[in-house]
Amino acid sequence: MVDWAHVGAAATAAFLASLVEFVEALTIVLAVGTVRGWRPALAGALAGGLLLIGIVAAFGPLLAAVQIHWIQGVVGLLLLLFGMRWLRKAVLRAAGVVARHDEALAYAAEVDDMRRVEARHGPWDAVALVASFKAVVLEGLEVVFIVLAIGAVGGRMVPAAAGAASALIAVVVLGTLLHRPLARVPENALKFIVGVLLSAFGVFWLGEGLGLRWLGGDLTILALIAGFLIAASIAVVLARAPESDTGGQVS
Amino acid sequence: MSWMRVALREMFALFVDDAAYSAAIVAWVAATAVGGLLAPRDAGWIAPGFFLGCAAILVTGACRAAHRQRAASRRP
Repeated sequence: MVDWAHVGAAATAAFLASLVEFVEALTIVLAVGTVRGWRPALAGALAGGLLLIGIVAAFGPLLAAVQIHWIQGVVGLLLLLFGMRWLRKAVLRAAGVVARHDEALAYAAEVDDMRRVEARHGPWDAVALVASFKAVVLEGLEVVFIVLAIGAVGGRMVPAAAGAASALIAVVVLGTLLHRPLARVPENALKFIVGVLLSAFGVFWLGEGLGLRWLGGDLTILALIAGFLIAASIAVVLARAPESDTGGQVS
Repeated sequence: MSWMRVALREMFALFVDDAAYSAAIVAWVAATAVGGLLAPRDAGWIAPGFFLGCAAILVTGACRAAHRQRAASRRP
């Protein structure tokens, strides 16, 4: 029961975080492929994916070799900074302060960008290749960090990697079938939940790294998730604009 | 090399997008670490206090950012 609370939360956090990042990467790859051709778009995406796998393969065993006390401290702090940054952004979106992410708009903007760039010279369309590669690497870096952090600190690399892999498969299958951005995925709500989960993990593991005593033991993670959910909901209410202005940008 | 710079900037931005907010988190972690050293070994209130501090930073950070964003959008 206790371990399942951690394993389940770790796999869920990795799955949901990966889902939103892969959906964003898919939007760009689809736009590049539609406008500039599928060969450079898919080659760039594949190269980006291989680079990310290489980073996990290189840093995963490296982190596993470091003493757990140090990993909990250092990676726990990074996870806390990462999770709370993500959660605050989600709060601002939910409060209407920052514009919500819209895949249909992001797709239209990328298609526009790709059409404006001049046509390819030579056998490879470098612009398309790089755009696709960059999208996968930049969106994937967050996935890599989450998988490494959750996997190494919690000693749960398998559920974290399985969560991320399931998200990748789901997005690739849906993208292949639908051939359009996955605009119906409730990205903003998912980002809110992921922010709550990562912040809770960050506080728990950093606390362990600092030698703090959690009264509920490992089950405290569930209380921390509930606590961050309440705090974030209060923040949404307090940050909500008194007038209906949304001065933010799509991010 | 420009994409490398972009990647490094993106990596830094994973953890910090508002320096004051991130600094508040780091300062609270440092204060908790010091508190943990000074308090009795079995003090059970430090861990919940650590969480409550983080929650307070989240709420105040979000309100501050919302206020700043609104002020910026009103500016001519």
